[in-house]
This record gives sequence, structure tokens and C-alpha cells, in this order.
Amino acid sequence: MERESMEFDVVIVGAGPAGLSTACRLMQLAQESEQELMVCVIEKGSEVGAHILSGAVLEPTAINELFPDWKAMGAPLNTEVKGDDVYYLTGESKGIKTPNFLVPKPMHNEGNYIVSMANVCRWLAEQAESMGVEIFPGFTAAETLYNEDGSVKGILTGDMGVAEDGSHKDSYMPGMELLAKQTVFAEGCRGHLGKELMQRFNLRDNVDPQHYGLGIKEIWSIEPEKHQEGLVVHTAGWPLDNHTEGGGFLYHMENNQVALGFIVALNYSNPHLSPFDEMQRWKSNPKISQYLEGGERIAYGARAVNKGGLQSVPKLSFPGGLLVGCDAGFLNGAKIKGNHTAMKTGMLAAETIIEALKTGDIATKELTAIETKYRTSWVYDELHKTRNFGPALHKFGTLLGGSFAWLDQNIFAGKLPFTWHNTVPDHATLKPAADCIAPNYPKPDGKITFDKLSSVFLSSTNHEEDQPCHLRLTDPSVPIQKNLPLYNEPAQLYCPAGVYEVIKDAEGADKFQINGQNCVHCKTCDIKDPAQNITWVTPEGGGGPNYGNM
Amino acid sequence: MKIIVGVKRVVDYNVRIQVKPDGSGVVTDGVKMSLNPFDEIAIEEALRIKESGKAEEVIAVTIGAKACQEQLRTALAMGADRAIHVETDEGIQPLTAARIFKALCDKEAPKLVIFGKQAIDDDNSQTAQMLAALSHWPQATFASEVVIDADTASVTREVDAGLETLSVDLPAVVSADLRLNEPRYVKLPDIMKAKRKPIDTVSISDLGVEVAAGIKVLKTTAPAKRQAGIMVETVEQLVVALKEKGLIK
Repeated sequence: MERESMEFDVVIVGAGPAGLSTACRLMQLAQESEQELMVCVIEKGSEVGAHILSGAVLEPTAINELFPDWKAMGAPLNTEVKGDDVYYLTGESKGIKTPNFLVPKPMHNEGNYIVSMANVCRWLAEQAESMGVEIFPGFTAAETLYNEDGSVKGILTGDMGVAEDGSHKDSYMPGMELLAKQTVFAEGCRGHLGKELMQRFNLRDNVDPQHYGLGIKEIWSIEPEKHQEGLVVHTAGWPLDNHTEGGGFLYHMENNQVALGFIVALNYSNPHLSPFDEMQRWKSNPKISQYLEGGERIAYGARAVNKGGLQSVPKLSFPGGLLVGCDAGFLNGAKIKGNHTAMKTGMLAAETIIEALKTGDIATKELTAIETKYRTSWVYDELHKTRNFGPALHKFGTLLGGSFAWLDQNIFAGKLPFTWHNTVPDHATLKPAADCIAPNYPKPDGKITFDKLSSVFLSSTNHEEDQPCHLRLTDPSVPIQKNLPLYNEPAQLYCPAGVYEVIKDAEGADKFQINGQNCVHCKTCDIKDPAQNITWVTPEGGGGPNYGNM
Repeated sequence: MKIIVGVKRVVDYNVRIQVKPDGSGVVTDGVKMSLNPFDEIAIEEALRIKESGKAEEVIAVTIGAKACQEQLRTALAMGADRAIHVETDEGIQPLTAARIFKALCDKEAPKLVIFGKQAIDDDNSQTAQMLAALSHWPQATFASEVVIDADTASVTREVDAGLETLSVDLPAVVSADLRLNEPRYVKLPDIMKAKRKPIDTVSISDLGVEVAAGIKVLKTTAPAKRQAGIMVETVEQLVVALKEKGLIK
């Protein structure tokens, strides 16, 4: 089929912190060298920010470099961190405050800001647009396009107006080819094109598998007398056992709102574990519920994060394109932050591209210089220092691992002469359901804790009803024939949006049902399915959550 | 002929509305805003009339703050030829809106003005009707089909009893119902082109319009929360439960 196409110098996939920083830096450098540069950013959310979910405490290192006068320019970094509480929760109603000197250094937050990353991205998008970047929200990058020599040529936007059975509706609009000299992939954690590129170009050779966590987040409007703007609270321990990694956060933002969430590492082994229910019951601990009582929950969402760190960073370049931000995986697990590294790696990609442009044609070329830039940047430095933090927690559990992390970070400053590895991918860690005890999750009380469906409602998720399912099963028999008997089909529990259900059909037989319309694009199923049988592909553009200030 | 289409920036239909804690309205900060869905249908209809050769120009008009230009850009990307932004930071009531459109109609002399049948934020459904009255033009509201024939429009309306077909002389005011058409998807090149299409910005006083403030919003509250239901096993239990609630005797 002959498709329409548009040509750009650089096409960026994803309007998150990495993609938008790439765009802004490209335009800054092009202006400095008086170069004409055609840059476009394509974003699957219905607007910039609609699919952005992050804690977020932002370390301003990258934004200081990108826009040194961001304050005067009105960047929405309004709440400086004023206090840092770390609790070790020991049970349903108990917790100990960890004295400040015992907290590993990377977890200190002086000089950082509590932000809504969605709003920061909206601001970055404004800056990019004012410098001439074309931003197209509501369009998906459905496929990568390749030249005959195998190099990346650009991307194909998703078709619009395709019915569930694949037929074309009246409104059908075929996708367009967006062609570029270099395509920068900034899809975020577990990007579906990034995943394919890593396989195609063997970008993960000689690195550890990526490791992930699932973050589930809510925003609450709380009673003004309980609100302490600028206070940052982190918890470890309960409700997770010592062998399941994860923890909670609660940040007092502006306007009497708090952002709170819980991250469960996706290498958990008990298939009966439900990250959603862990998050709900975590809120009932008085260290958290003290702030929430009398308040109102106003938003909900979820997103996978990559936390493999240094040992899991893939090769970043391939002919015709680059990987940046969480599409590659630069989150610093010790700091629990990835926005600053996402932004910085986007900027490094921009610098790589502009420098290469000065030496000639860059179409189809592999810009390997980005590796050197990354390795000599502070991103590499800080990931290197904290490289044993994650594996320590994994090896020794929260308490012993946490103690090691303290020694490693506070005494040795990350300079111990060894590197630990974690080579088991997260989808291969489940134990058979029969060997595990199902946690007894309490019923939601409707005040502090809630059920899944009323939660998904608060993510304002919407997908056009009549469209092909965007969660594809390689082998449709796996969920019922294999996953159900062996692992109680864990998709029912790990999905934070109630997409997957095992129901009875008319004959009373088990049936695997996919409610794709509920999907909040967190990518957990693509990561955790033990058979790696679920592939997340892009639904029709504009579909998915509509996050406000997540 | 020219067609004017009135469009409004509203909170996106997917967003769960939150009432401000002080009850002065609903939260619109940091909330996704969109073109009112019925206005999108109105634009689509105007474009189809133009594409069938029965109109030469489609003008999108909005009233509101600077940010409303985003919605005008959407209309331009769909295919409107130009746009007029009546800029104001005040809340505008339907009568003022109708007066503004009257002033613009006097200036632009369109043969047809199309609105969405109502905006999904205040659900007033008044501006189209008021404009028709102020202009002494015929109106055909809640249209599910519009056929233009020289100096008349044949409009099929959705009414309680079924469908009603009217013939109105042009110029006329039409408001679009849900089933009038399915708006097109916007194409990427058209989004880029829309950035270069003209938007005229005027103020209410430029148009010589007197602002009406006949309605005052006293309070905004969220609907009462629904009580959780109970499951009963038998008809007898149902009767007992209903009696307990005092719903039957």
C-alpha cells in the first residue's frame, strides 16, 4: 500500500522528559549554529502529559543545564523539598522512623523539587514548540520503518478508524510514514518499538536483563491542617515481606494535594501477590493514613519503571536511530529517580546528532558517539556509584540489603571494587501457585482503600470501543492451559487496571478475557507474563489514560 | 456562501469532573481541555457542505481566554479556512455569546451558522436559539441531517416522537445533534498547515457588544454519592427490605 509520508531531520517517539529534552536541546544547538532543523515529536497520549506518571521528586540537575533560567521562564517546579522522612514499616499499624544518618545518601532530597511530571512535560512541550518543534499528540508510532540496508528510516503512525474485526470504518485514516535522518526512541519504560529494536540490533548483548517495578500512584486532596507542603515520606517494609522488594512514597505537593504510591519489584515470586492490593493496604498504615483521613482521592494511575540500573543499560545506538531515557533504562534505583537521567540522556542524544550533522549526512548512520557521551557524563557516574544498591536488596532482602546499601553509599561512596549482577529476568521468577500462600487482602473500606474498578475510573482512561485488541497473545491457549493451572494466571492480579479476567464461558469452561479498554499503558503484562506470551502494541492514537497532574 | 461555526473549549469528556473545594465552580487547572464534541460535529458538517461545493468558506469562532486558540487550531486542522477568536477572560453567558455572534454575522454575512446543540460543560443549549431570535433568522436545532438547496436548508431534527424535517430559508441557524455525522480524524500535515492559517483576535468591546450578566452561579456541588446496595436472596427478603426503608407499606 502506498502511504503518505513526511520528512524530518529528526523524529522523536514520545513526548516525555527524555523526548522533549532531546527536542529542546536539538533546537537550542541548531539555533546556536544557525542551522535549519525539522524536528517532530509524536505522542500516543491525547495530549502531552496524558500518559505521564511519575512520583515525582525531581532532581534539577538536567533542567539546570537545559534551561538555566527555568525559574524565570515559569517552569512548574514550585515545591522545594523541605523534609525527608523514611519509615521502616513493621506491620499493619506500626512503623519506625529511620534516623536521618542511617538513610542511604542517594535517598536524601535536599535541593530537589516535588513536581507533577505531567505538568513539567507540558511546560517542556511549550518550550519546544516555541523553538519550532512540531508536536503531534494523539498519534501512535505503531511500527519502525527500515531502509533496505536495515537501518531505521522512521516510523509509521497507527491507522485510525479500524474496527475490531480489522475492517475499515467510515472514518478510516491510514497511518503516515514519518521519515527522518535519525529517529530517537523515547517511549519510556518497555517501549514496544524499543523492545523490538533491542532484539533486532542485539542491543542487549553482554548486559544484564532489564529489571522492573510496577508503580501504582494516587493523588489525594487532603485536609489543609494535615498538609505539610514540601514534605517527602518514603517507606520500606510492610506490607511486603523481606524477600519482595518495593516501597511506598508520599509527597506533599502544592494546593493541599499529596501524591502517593507504591512500587513493587516485578521479580516477585508469589503468583498470588497483587501489587494493587499491596498498595491499597499499605495506605491503611497510620504513618500514611494519618494524612489521608478526611481527604478525597482524585486521581489514580500506574506505570512500570525500569530499575536494572547500570548493569542493564543496553547499547544506545543503531543505524538510523538512538535510544534515550527509560526506553533504554537510566532510572537510578537508589535515588528512586529517573527523570533527571531521562532528560540528560535526551540532551546527550541531541548533542550527538548536532555534532554528527556538522561532519556530513547522518541518514542511515549509526551515531556511536552517544556511548562515549553517556560514559563520560554524570549519568554514568551516578549509576556506577549506585550499581550495587538494587542487587544488594535483591540478594539479601530489605533489611540486610539496606544495611549494605548504607555502607556502600555512605561510607564507601559507591567505590567498592565489585559489581553484582542479577541475571534472572523478571518473568522467570514466579514459583508455582500451589507452593505459595495467597495473601489475605482486606476488603476495601471505601474511605482509604478502594477496589480496582473504581480506581481505574479515576485514571480517565478511554479507548475507542470498536478497535482491534492492543494486547496480543502469541498463543491464545497459554493463559488457560498453562498459566492458570501453574500460576493461577497472574495477569488477573498484576494488572493494576483489571484488564485480564478468567471467567466462565456458557459451558462453564474457563475463559481468558481481555478488557483492553481499561488499559492504562503500564506495560506490566508485557514484562511479567511468565510465558512472555502477551505483547503490548499501540491502540488507536489518543487512547489510554488522561492523567491531569500525575 | 460563508458558514460560521461556533466552537467552545470545554473539559474533555473523558475527564472526571471535580468540584472546587469552595464550591465556586469546577477544577479546570491541569485538566485536559478539548473542543466540545458537538461543536466538532458542527465543524464536520460545515466542511462537508463546503466539500460538496455548496459553500466557499468555513469560519470557526470561539469566545474565551487565550488558551481557546488551541481549539480553533483543531478546527483549522480539520479544515476550517480561518478563525476568529473573541478574547476575554470573563465567563460568558449564552446571551452575551449570542450577541457576539450577532455582531460577527452582521460583519461576515454568513448564510449559515452552525453550533453544537449544547456545550458539555454547562449544558445550556441556548446560544443557537438566542442568535436566531436576535437576528430574526429561522432556526433548526438538534439536526441529524442537513441538506442545502440553493437558498433553503432542509434539516431533519431529532424530536421526542421521532424525526421531524424542516425547510428553512437561509440565512439560518442550525445546531448539531450527535448523529449528524462522525467527525473526521485530523491528518498530521493538516495540523502543520493549520498553524499557518489566520486567526483574527478581537475583543468584545471591538464588536460593540454589551455583556449580559443576568445569571449568577450561587454554588456548585458534586452529585450526592450513591449508597451501596444490598443483595437479597428471595422476594420475601426484598419485600421486608423495602418495608424497612419505608418505600412500601
